[in-house]
Amino acid sequence: MNLEDIIQKTKPYYCLECGKCTSICPVSRYDPGFTPRGMIENALLGFDDEVVLNRKLFSCLTCYTCQPECPSDVDFPVFVREARGLAQDNGQSGVCAHSGQLQSLARLMTNPDIKQNRLEWLSGEHRVSDDSDVLLWVGCAPYFEPIFRDVEFSALGVIKSTLKTMNSLGVEPRLLPNERCCGHDALWTGDFETFRKLAEHNAAQIREAGVKKIVFSCPEGYRTFKMDYPAHVKLDCEVQHFSEFVAERIGKNGLKLKETKKKVTYQDPCRLGRHLGVYDAPRKVLESIPGIELVEMRHAGPDSICCGTSAFTNCDSHSNLLRSERLKEAAATGAETLITACPKCQTHFRCATTDRGEERRSTPRLEIMDLANLVANATGE
Amino acid sequence: MMAGFEPQIIAFCCNWCTYAAADLAGTSRMHYPPNVRIVRVMCSGMVDPIYVLKAFEGGVDGILVAGCHLTDCHYIDGPVKCDETVNKLREVLHVLGLEDKRLRREMVAASEGVLFAQVINEMVEDLKKLGPSPFKAKTEALA
Ligand code: FES
Repeated sequence: MNLEDIIQKTKPYYCLECGKCTSICPVSRYDPGFTPRGMIENALLGFDDEVVLNRKLFSCLTCYTCQPECPSDVDFPVFVREARGLAQDNGQSGVCAHSGQLQSLARLMTNPDIKQNRLEWLSGEHRVSDDSDVLLWVGCAPYFEPIFRDVEFSALGVIKSTLKTMNSLGVEPRLLPNERCCGHDALWTGDFETFRKLAEHNAAQIREAGVKKIVFSCPEGYRTFKMDYPAHVKLDCEVQHFSEFVAERIGKNGLKLKETKKKVTYQDPCRLGRHLGVYDAPRKVLESIPGIELVEMRHAGPDSICCGTSAFTNCDSHSNLLRSERLKEAAATGAETLITACPKCQTHFRCATTDRGEERRSTPRLEIMDLANLVANATGE
Repeated sequence: MMAGFEPQIIAFCCNWCTYAAADLAGTSRMHYPPNVRIVRVMCSGMVDPIYVLKAFEGGVDGILVAGCHLTDCHYIDGPVKCDETVNKLREVLHVLGLEDKRLRREMVAASEGVLFAQVINEMVEDLKKLGPSPFKAKTEALA
């Protein structure tokens, strides 16, 4: 595969050079060195190295803000993803955040012989069932737990809340003891080999378990299973985000939510919103909790702004600025709490709010929590 | 346990203490098994989790992270940072299913050549009992 093949496949030659992509790109706003239009132009003019060996190639958030604006319907995120595959062949993988631990863990998880201890956090209060055909996807949460403790984020807390809510709805899901990372980050950073192996491991286990439905608290896993797995592995089950799972049960099955007095605003995760078009379900869930007042940010729904980093790559001062500005937008609504529906959004935002650095004193110290945490707290008990 | 299995160990040793201790063990002609490859780092505090993860990815069986005692560090609180890193890594590696004994943290002063030799002896023994790392098989199959 070379860049020419990628051009044939993703058709950026329809580009009219209007520059709408660059003008709406949240990365370009803070990092003038990053331009989607310029990247497409370089590719079309044959400056392959300036695309493939450009470290900014990994700065794209693949947030899908640009693609709906493009009059020629160029799918820039997919172009970037494929070009990253070429970069990987050249030994480039972007500047991995957290020193590349997360990428390394994904590669380690491709090993077929590992016997993980993923479920030690389960306790008597959680009800799970090995005969259930509903699977709760735990994903990378057990790994995130120690790694992101210093930004005061509990990834397992989100999973526990999801499980608790499912239990309150009378669902005892199944958990897989040896599932792997879904491969989302590997795929979007062009490490297709790792992605394929992870997908195969996961699909084999899910098939064997006879699962009919998978519930995700992480929109990245959800997107990967829904949109990317079908092209690589055979899997025949329904997938759903936690918010959709709860939303379709509101008013039925007796989910009783106690009053929670809070003014909140909601961050649409890129994968859940623009990638999958799920905007209403999380809002419906929020509105179903008595006492919750939802105020929207200036950029909400399809116009929502990304949390600033994707796939734990190229997180730099521009990402931090973007994140900090987004938090200011959230604070400007007058909300006391920012609700996210994606564990990764939360790590990134918390990284900004727990940073004691001089230049970030102005970042608002909002309370940040996952939708699942809020719902689980409201289910009481 | 595999017959004739010789574990591979990577030891990250701080320049000022443990590296000197390893040197002392050598110049004093102490015997310890040749299963260890030493990587000299300026301070145990600079050992990043990725060093350890990458080494496991590469197929080593065990890793030693060693440096000065708490109050001896030339960069003040390296050992504290190192402890934090190792403790966090232990949790991560546990989830991954790697045995606790595959990662060892020690403080070995420059004068403690005997201790260095003893640590390596113990590690080799422990790792022989555990057998090869699950990630080793993969790397060898690739080679
Ligand atoms: S200098 Fe030896 S541990 Fe810091």
